[in-house]
Amino acid sequence: MVIDTQGQRTEHAQNAIMEFLLINHPLDCPICDEAGECKLQEYAFLHSKGQSRFNEKKNHKDKRVELGPNVMFDGERCISCSRCIRFADEVAKQPVLTFVQRGDHVTIETFPGTTFDSPYSMNVNDICPVGALTSMDFRFASRVWEMSFTDSICPGCSRGCNIKVGVRNNEILRLEPRTNMHVNEYWMCDDARLTQYKFVNENRVSSPMIRKGNTLVSASWQDATAQAAELLKKFKPSEIMVVGSARATNEDNYLLAKFAHNTLKTNNIDFLRHVDNAFGDNFLRTNDRTPNAHGAAEVGVKHETSGVSMDHLAEKIKQRSIKALYVMDGDIAANSTLTAALSDLDCLIVHASNHNSTTERAHVVLASTTYAELEGTFTNMNKRVQYVQPAVATQDHERIEGMQMSRWDKFGASNDRWARGERRNCHQNWEIVQDIANAFGAGWHYSDSGSVFKDIANHVSAFSGMSYDLLQEYQGLTLGKAGSPEPKGVVYQSNYMKPN
Amino acid sequence: MNVNHNTEKDRLNFWEKLYLPEIARGLGLTLRQMFKKPMTRQYPEERWEPTGSYRGRPVLVLEEDGERCVACSLCSRVCPALAIEVQAAETTREKERYPVKFEINMLRCIYCGFCEEVCPEEAIVMSKDYELVFTNQEDAIMGKDKLLIPIAQLQDRLEFLRRFK
Repeated sequence: MVIDTQGQRTEHAQNAIMEFLLINHPLDCPICDEAGECKLQEYAFLHSKGQSRFNEKKNHKDKRVELGPNVMFDGERCISCSRCIRFADEVAKQPVLTFVQRGDHVTIETFPGTTFDSPYSMNVNDICPVGALTSMDFRFASRVWEMSFTDSICPGCSRGCNIKVGVRNNEILRLEPRTNMHVNEYWMCDDARLTQYKFVNENRVSSPMIRKGNTLVSASWQDATAQAAELLKKFKPSEIMVVGSARATNEDNYLLAKFAHNTLKTNNIDFLRHVDNAFGDNFLRTNDRTPNAHGAAEVGVKHETSGVSMDHLAEKIKQRSIKALYVMDGDIAANSTLTAALSDLDCLIVHASNHNSTTERAHVVLASTTYAELEGTFTNMNKRVQYVQPAVATQDHERIEGMQMSRWDKFGASNDRWARGERRNCHQNWEIVQDIANAFGAGWHYSDSGSVFKDIANHVSAFSGMSYDLLQEYQGLTLGKAGSPEPKGVVYQSNYMKPN
Repeated sequence: MNVNHNTEKDRLNFWEKLYLPEIARGLGLTLRQMFKKPMTRQYPEERWEPTGSYRGRPVLVLEEDGERCVACSLCSRVCPALAIEVQAAETTREKERYPVKFEINMLRCIYCGFCEEVCPEEAIVMSKDYELVFTNQEDAIMGKDKLLIPIAQLQDRLEFLRRFK
């Protein structure tokens, strides 16, 4: 059999198909959120003459139907491909969507008395080839081409779904899944889409702070790290407890462990687990709400038999055998057993990205980056090490290699209102730890995350053979198996008009 | 030696070297102009009214039931000088999208008219306004309050676009 994919007859047929598809499709691309990443727009652009011979009236259908709490349906734009129906049946396992009516009146509805509220419902917005299904959270927030999309990893749970972070004017506007057949396939959960960007944009600790009397005042990095070192020097090593973080990267935890063991010479080191037994399910979501619990333990932040563990920390603080706490996990006071105990400390030094109940009690607050501003690696529940890169600029770095930039990011100047998004004065956790360790005379000089990771790869056997280049190439490597990576998946980029 | 000479001595003849006849000739020329119609205009009192083809500052068309603009951001995308910023939001009107913020930085604008050309709604057009004076950079960024102009005042331009676009 011979199939012609080019030539006059083929083009004629393609044009005819496009004409049919566009007969009842409204011409509201200027309003539609999908414009710029729309398959129909793409095909019309490539295979259509741009003229319609249809003189009759177009069909009118409902334009604003809420299929569920997060999904809005526009009947006119729908081309009846049934992808959303299949997704609800086969992936979300909530078969509530169906076609109703016939012919050109066909439309999509939920069965009476049901609503499409699956925890994965918003994936239909991505797979919808047109703008018929849109996200109620994002609706009209920005055009696609105005955002930059940087590859990242979702920090919402220990699955470590591969995501893309959509940024405009240094603010995250949306998250979308990135294909990785070994982790999340093509999907991510609604909870992450709705929550994992807000804390990057809002309520941030925008510079280091020192407690003066009852209030925290902004300070320079030199003053803050000097103050932290000075406070720590007042205590015996056994009186200091160092708390790592399962929300921080492998690099951060590795240097923190090195700081605790070699510089402070304390055995009191552990990290707090954030487990929510109601969150996990049998698809992507897991009960462990942190992205790097496995990695933190692997690089050295774990309870030692001679030291104090998280379980006994409250008790030890009460007994006054722990007097100073150095915490990398900004959310420690939210833990009910520790809330009261923290007030009994003589010294609380905390790395925090957001204001919370821990920063209220802290003596020194060191402004740290969120996952969207750092370069590093997370190790997920299946021991897969995955690479994270900055999507949002800080005062430290305006541009970093690998960070995607839209036209507006590239050419904005200080007198453009659309380029004045806040640059926060925050540092990566490992940089802060290095500064404090150097105040103790450790003499470390890691220049970037890559040099810390190189050190990890050389000293922690499970990481040997890994490098940022390899992690990016294979979209993550499994601990201890850097030499035999899983096969690279073919990532089908369906939106060639979408920027980066 | 290979030298080019071009001194006054070479260029001027005897009468020209005397200067006085030439001064009289110049005064005569000036005197003749005083009896001709002036080329200039008394600007603030006398103003020139441009035709529909003139590209003054870009403005947004305001109809009786509100602005035409649906905040598609194509003007912002096509603008070679990145002068335009649009922020869309949802409304309950039939066209469900509208610009909650629309700002043109007149210091960036180069009056090329691409925004008008690309606009699918004929909502942004070039006006006849050429009098743009600012005392600081912030004043040069015009928001919706300064950009929305009633459609009655833009008829010349809309007619021009209908005929020649």
